[in-house]
Amino acid sequence: MTAPLVELKNVTKRFGEITVLDMVNLTIFEGDITTIIGKSGVGKSVLLKHIIGLLRPDEGKILFNGKQLKGMTRKERKSFKERISYMFQNNALFDSLTVFENIALPLREKTRLHEDAIRSRVLAQIDQMELSEVTYKYPSQISGGMQKRVALARALVTEPKIILFDEPTTGLDPLRKNAVLSMIVHYQKKIRFTAILVSHDIPDILFISNRVAIIDSGRIPFQGTPMELEQSENPVVQQFIKGQASLKDELTGLNTRRDIKKIFIQEMERVNRLHESFPVVMFTIDNLEQINEHIGYIAAQQIIQCLGMLIKEHFDTTGTSARYSQNDILMLLPHTGLKEAKQVLDELATDLQKQEIFQAKSYPKACFSFSILAGPAEARPGMDLDSLIKQALSHQKTIAHIECIKHGETT
Amino acid sequence: MDQTTNFVFAPFNWLGRFSIAFIGELGSVGIFFIHAFCLIFSLPLQVSKTIQQVFFIGAKSILIILLVGLFTGMVLGLQGYYTLVKFGSEGVLGAAVALSLIRELGPVMTAIMIIARAGSSMAAEIGIMRISEQIDALDTMDINPIRFLVSPRIAASLISFPLLTAIFDVIGIAGGYLTGVVLLGINAGVYFYRIEASVIMQDVSGGFVKSLVFGIIVSTICCYQGYFTHMRPGGFGARGVSLATTSAVVLSCVLVLIMDYVLTSFLL
Repeated sequence: MTAPLVELKNVTKRFGEITVLDMVNLTIFEGDITTIIGKSGVGKSVLLKHIIGLLRPDEGKILFNGKQLKGMTRKERKSFKERISYMFQNNALFDSLTVFENIALPLREKTRLHEDAIRSRVLAQIDQMELSEVTYKYPSQISGGMQKRVALARALVTEPKIILFDEPTTGLDPLRKNAVLSMIVHYQKKIRFTAILVSHDIPDILFISNRVAIIDSGRIPFQGTPMELEQSENPVVQQFIKGQASLKDELTGLNTRRDIKKIFIQEMERVNRLHESFPVVMFTIDNLEQINEHIGYIAAQQIIQCLGMLIKEHFDTTGTSARYSQNDILMLLPHTGLKEAKQVLDELATDLQKQEIFQAKSYPKACFSFSILAGPAEARPGMDLDSLIKQALSHQKTIAHIECIKHGETT
Repeated sequence: MDQTTNFVFAPFNWLGRFSIAFIGELGSVGIFFIHAFCLIFSLPLQVSKTIQQVFFIGAKSILIILLVGLFTGMVLGLQGYYTLVKFGSEGVLGAAVALSLIRELGPVMTAIMIIARAGSSMAAEIGIMRISEQIDALDTMDINPIRFLVSPRIAASLISFPLLTAIFDVIGIAGGYLTGVVLLGINAGVYFYRIEASVIMQDVSGGFVKSLVFGIIVSTICCYQGYFTHMRPGGFGARGVSLATTSAVVLSCVLVLIMDYVLTSFLL
């Protein structure tokens, strides 16, 4: 096992009479996306502020690569601060500086780069975040979603190794929420930073996290992978998940992974009892990264949303569908035959191709390839969901695609 | 018995609490100033930020200083003339106007005008940055907020206050000339001869020292109030900023007047 990057050991913090953090133990590993989830006002932000050093614990210690912040030499502390970055819940943009100046500030103040180099680096970041139109506007003149992106750009511009995100998606609509999350994942893969997120957006946040920690009543009753979280028998975790997880996936309006697992178990009991079978279909959006890169994060989320809605429209009477992961939608068709399922799938494919969003002509200036795959499989007695999904994935065929032949021309 | 004891000791308790809090606050303002002052000289020097602040605190205050200076001088000329004429010594009007301006009114009035114009905005701007977590954001970027926000303002005040005071003095003397010479008919030569004969270098340097001290007081108090807006027990958010601005203005004015007395008694 790799050594932890950040370790909180018995951290306690009190504000007057109130104990906000009570002997908190938390481990964060390098290169992971760790999400801290919890109800409002339980001390999630306080925990994050302890990690970056804005607050100091009353008791306990916080170790970075095994060293305490207060025990570091000046040089070590400086190098630690250079490696860490923080995105505030309310963005904390400098409201008397323009978007450009906001993003350039950490470079101007903390590096010895020449103004030309700073300019090109900031403009590249602005371009990537699709903020070119608002480069010289002030934070109060741009929308909330754009402000979030400016804050993200400011956090990323110094290419830090650790980024702390304090509720990066709060107050955004489902489309933009998912766009911000996929943006975080995209940059995390690209720059390989360690991300620590605070959020209460379940289940969206679980799709992108490597590790999850729950904070409740000042303590951390659970920390582990999202899979371990779903399987945890811990009553606090169970209660928390039930109370916090939204009933439907916000973006697509489909069920959640947790729901479909439950339905699958129920249906398999029937299948095992009556020795029947039923089809399942796994949809995958392939190369969504290219849409993120060439068209934009919101467009990518619109594609997921559109696919989800069409699936719901076509299969709602016969089956149950759920967003299984960020790019996958799983569908169970318990009272249908495989043949019928394939027929509806064909109808869906025709319908998909008619949608403007899946047509190359909607993107005249971009050159990218992406496809939507669908694969059926048959659930027979004794099978488990994982092997069924594997089977469905191996049978996947393209039902809609856009392919770039040469620059500026798409089919 | 207990109640009687409480009643007797209550004022002492209050006095003790107040004194300890006051001394504590004074200490933290002192540390805040020393910290910010030392950071003025930390490398790389923040030349452009200081120039911006000189422009804001100094250049943009010139008009108001000219206006106030002119009318202060004019009213001094009028009042001085009607007092001096009773003793038949209206000839020394120039000396009266110049000495009161250079030694007293110039530094004090300039400080009060800058408190109203720039001090309040320092407290409000830094206070808003505090409540909207912009100062925390600076901290997370490893940018020292005191160096970034307070040091250029203190440096700019140290440059602007003496210069503005000098402008105030000159325009005030011109105001006295307008009323004394142009309106009331004192001889222009006598007016300026009296100024030249009575004003010595010690008066000018005393005024200069006063303006420097006032510059330190105003910039430190106003920045301090804004910087610690969030520690204020009375209010949060916008209310906290408004309270911080009010107390920055009131405290600076009171301290300028108290310090003026203290300095005058030392300089005389």
